[in-house]
Amino acid sequence: MLGLSVEQLGADMNRLLAILFHQGVLDEQFLQLQHLQDESSPNFVSEVVTIYFHESEKLLRNLRALLVDKELSDYNKMGIHLNQLMGSSSSIGAQRIRNVCIAFRAASELNNRPGCLRALELLEYEYCYLKNKLHEFFQIEQQRMLAAAVRYPAPQQHINNPQG
Amino acid sequence: MNGLEGETQFHVLAVDDSIIDRKLIERLLKTSSYQVTAVESGVKALEFLGLLDDEEDDEFSNSNCQRVEVNLIITDYSMPAVTGYDLLRKIKKSTSLRDIPVVIMSSENVPSRINSCLEHGAEEFFLKPVRQSDVNKLRPHLMKGKKEIQNINKRKPVEECLSPDRTRTRLNHDLE
Repeated sequence: MLGLSVEQLGADMNRLLAILFHQGVLDEQFLQLQHLQDESSPNFVSEVVTIYFHESEKLLRNLRALLVDKELSDYNKMGIHLNQLMGSSSSIGAQRIRNVCIAFRAASELNNRPGCLRALELLEYEYCYLKNKLHEFFQIEQQRMLAAAVRYPAPQQHINNPQG
Repeated sequence: MNGLEGETQFHVLAVDDSIIDRKLIERLLKTSSYQVTAVESGVKALEFLGLLDDEEDDEFSNSNCQRVEVNLIITDYSMPAVTGYDLLRKIKKSTSLRDIPVVIMSSENVPSRINSCLEHGAEEFFLKPVRQSDVNKLRPHLMKGKKEIQNINKRKPVEECLSPDRTRTRLNHDLE
């Protein structure tokens, strides 16, 4: 009737997460975020991740702008942006992105511009991958919430049914 | 969680320049039923605590007594302008605020940094990302502050934490 069931969608979510953990894209910190989500803060994970996306895209743009300038690459500033990206990636459990940042930072400390460019490309790739997968995850989560709402409609609609 | 002293709600001041980490620490603290004020910089923290004038805080400047009571301060180490370390030093120099427990957070595991913070009065040093298990360690510090324990004998012995794990606790609290 409504397509996929709550159970199926829940299984899809878990399967997607399992793949991401297996690939090392996400680590245990992401689970910590999920544990912080409850009735009082039902959208906590997606809120945090949304902030992460906004911040990361800004930082990636800044990094690219710094590297594009062939004359003067401000490696110091690059380091600052990288530390920020590393920190926030670590905080949401984006393990692979964080690891690329570490390699990127090492290259920047050696003023290794080609190395930095390679690292940035890898970073952009990893970021896109993570963003797509997490969007997929949250979409499934939303579908699941809708499916659950249909199955357990609000009590007001069942006047004669005390169950609610 | 029993309320031995009635509905004592602890108020924690959280300081971090990262929006994400601020949101995280705020949520972690709230799930432990603490009241939270989260600020984005050391300067804002000083402002909130009434220490912004940078004057020597003495018995005559009692304006701090009227402020909202803070039971614990948890701050990131690496922040622009006023670092967590700067904040720690200023708090410990203040006659009215020095007894507030201070906890430092950092994404980097630098032993000299950790030791320095602990030596200058930080109660704990947490490595980021901070987790629920870390936040659970705050309660004893908060309880101690509220009860103003004088009796050293009643305190649990603090174990030396040579961390394979991610937090360090200061030894020999208040033995003077």
